[in-house]
Amino acid sequence: MNFGSLDLNTVWFALVGVLFTGYVILDGFDLGVGVLHLFAAKRDEDRRVFLNAIGPVWDGNEVWLVTGGGALFAAFPAVYATVFSGFYLAFMLLLCALIFRAVSIEFRSKHASLRWRRFWDRSFALGSFCSTLLIGVAMGNIAWGVPIDERGEFAGSFLGLLHPYALLMGVTTVALFAMHGAIYLVLKTEGELQAGVRARVNPLIIAFILSYVLLTLATLLYVPHVTEAFRREPWFFALVVPVVLAIANIPREVNRGREFYAFLSSCAAMAGLMAIFGIGNYPYLVFSHPLPEHSLTAFNAASSPKTLGIMLTIALIGLPVVLAYSVSIYWIFRGKVRLDKMSY
Amino acid sequence: MSTELLARLQFAFTITFHYLYPPLSIGLGVLLVTIEALWLKTNNPLFHQMARFWTKVFALTFAIGVATGIVMEFEFGTNWATYSRYVGDVFGSALAAEGIFAFFLESGFLALLLFGWDKIGPKTHFLATCMVALGAHFSAIWIIVANSWMQTPAGFHIVGEGLKASAEITDFWAMVFNPSSMDRLTHTVVGAWQAGAWLMVSIGAWYLLKRQHREFARASMKVGLALSLFASVLTLETGDYSAKGVARNQPAKFAALEGLWETTPNAPLHVVGWVDGKAEATHGLALPGLLSWLAHGDTAQPVTGLREIPRDERPPVNFTFQLFHLMVGIGFAMIGLALWASWALWQKTLENSRALLWLLVISVLGPQIANQAGWWVAEVGRQPWIVYKLLRTSQGLSAVVHANQIIASMVMFTLVYLLLFAAFIFLLNEKIRHGPDAADLTPTGKLALGFKDTKGGAA
Repeated sequence: MNFGSLDLNTVWFALVGVLFTGYVILDGFDLGVGVLHLFAAKRDEDRRVFLNAIGPVWDGNEVWLVTGGGALFAAFPAVYATVFSGFYLAFMLLLCALIFRAVSIEFRSKHASLRWRRFWDRSFALGSFCSTLLIGVAMGNIAWGVPIDERGEFAGSFLGLLHPYALLMGVTTVALFAMHGAIYLVLKTEGELQAGVRARVNPLIIAFILSYVLLTLATLLYVPHVTEAFRREPWFFALVVPVVLAIANIPREVNRGREFYAFLSSCAAMAGLMAIFGIGNYPYLVFSHPLPEHSLTAFNAASSPKTLGIMLTIALIGLPVVLAYSVSIYWIFRGKVRLDKMSY
Repeated sequence: MSTELLARLQFAFTITFHYLYPPLSIGLGVLLVTIEALWLKTNNPLFHQMARFWTKVFALTFAIGVATGIVMEFEFGTNWATYSRYVGDVFGSALAAEGIFAFFLESGFLALLLFGWDKIGPKTHFLATCMVALGAHFSAIWIIVANSWMQTPAGFHIVGEGLKASAEITDFWAMVFNPSSMDRLTHTVVGAWQAGAWLMVSIGAWYLLKRQHREFARASMKVGLALSLFASVLTLETGDYSAKGVARNQPAKFAALEGLWETTPNAPLHVVGWVDGKAEATHGLALPGLLSWLAHGDTAQPVTGLREIPRDERPPVNFTFQLFHLMVGIGFAMIGLALWASWALWQKTLENSRALLWLLVISVLGPQIANQAGWWVAEVGRQPWIVYKLLRTSQGLSAVVHANQIIASMVMFTLVYLLLFAAFIFLLNEKIRHGPDAADLTPTGKLALGFKDTKGGAA
């Protein structure tokens, strides 16, 4: 396919953003369920309900990360290489956390022993928590900027990645995913269990808003290249309005018992937050701090126009199909969780 | 140990562990499609029971396959950053296509396969099973296209020089259909079919030995053996094509497979042997002329020997030789075993032959070992190149990753994978001990609709 004079680099910047947004929204709720697992579900059956609420969809959700990673590799190889080798230990810990939470879901209920289940419950919760935190810390570093040398290689250290701004982003992400997961659980549970989860929604929203306000203040004060983007194009601030409205809408819908709309609002808020994140960073994929001239951008780190064109063709064929059957599958598994003998 | 060796060991360890599972998913995927088709066709509840049992085994292998697969996706970037920059334009698009076309399909429909029994009708469920199997095969296609491009690069040009050099696609289809991709794809896929099929045969044989679940075991044995026989013969056929391709495209690897030092017509094929790399000699039992004949269909044709390859472009010879012979040996053994067991099944003597049943129980190891050995041959035989004749493995490393970081992550992966493997074996063993569910002989939920006509009879 020939895409003429289309700015493929910007298109792919946006598309990689779309894939990661899909990941954050979808795996966001099942990671959030994991974060809440030990606190919000105390009985064995409740925990099984939690696991089966995400059972049919969690691995499809994780594919958004795999595909996002693949797309980053293909569209911006230099970013993939620099970030993944530079954040080496952080990514190894993330992998370890993702492995544990994935297999815990599968293993946990397959053996009827208290110790077995307790072990995998903990590993599921801890794996989910650590994955979420590390994803947040990684995003925090991308926004803050990391030291890049003249070869385009990472020039920092593992401990250097754990600065306050990145950690604050990590905490914000944990609060966001936990909130998102709680709303999803309200949608999938009933009775006493649902009441327990419902009571956690508002505190989690408040926790998220507090940390997000702090994060925004820190961004305005200390991350000039992000503020610069908004100063250049002030209408981007308009994006903040729907995000605020969407978040404000969540408690309203929960109180009215319209859980599905609450969940949609939460999804919309996350999409808006990712859009703000993406626009704030454009065209930087990895901002070099303190030497901005070494930054990796959508233009200097990209594959050839030919490859970007081929991949756009692949994406245009593939993504609509993926969306169509993903929506059908979510539709088939709508409604409250019922445990049967094929359940986890 | 050097960073290069550590990085290679880490990749080898994580990919070897990962590759225990995808072949099982691919093979069991085909079998599940077969079983559900038989169920739809015959309405025999035994096939419903089989589908439910094998779906659970499938789910177990699939979960670990996904979890360990994410590691692979990240590891190109973490350990092989320079390589990733070099090949990203080519390799990345295959990987992205794998995500879009294969992984989404697989994981999406897996939800219906595993949890959809009571939510969708039998035909929709069958469709979901087909899609999962198709997705598993698609993922094999894209990853092998990418790997084959590293063996026989095509459809690209090199831009930039020195550290900035990288490969860029010039012709997407030439990249996809590079000289080795289709031969290697078919060989890998039938190898994966064997992995799934022999697992089914093995568990069936175990039940027959223990005289448990005999109906179930007999039916599983029949379905499993049919695929084993078919796939083991195809493995030979596709292996032959693959080897001819190696002879054509990667002479250094081909010479190493057989420990051939001198370029010669009437080149011999070793049945067993030992390569003395220092003395540049290969000792063992050899059949003269056969290698020339296998490579070119003519004993008079010469085969390139290792002495024609510059020293610093030769792969480790004895290692490649031994693993290659291990793979081929097991390949022939599997054909023999499949023939013998099929014959015994035909003659109705299988259930009384305990020796044969025991052999079938351990047969599950055969394709696993051969699949791993085959990949080790493919990857070690390509050394010292990471992309054949373009980029050396030593040049592909991550510049900023140090040996101690790799050691730390190696220790972590070793512990985690040992734990996973122990849990996998434990749960598989429990599943096998528990056996097929008697209640599954009575389909429930929407699936029971298939029995409307025979109400009071089968249901």
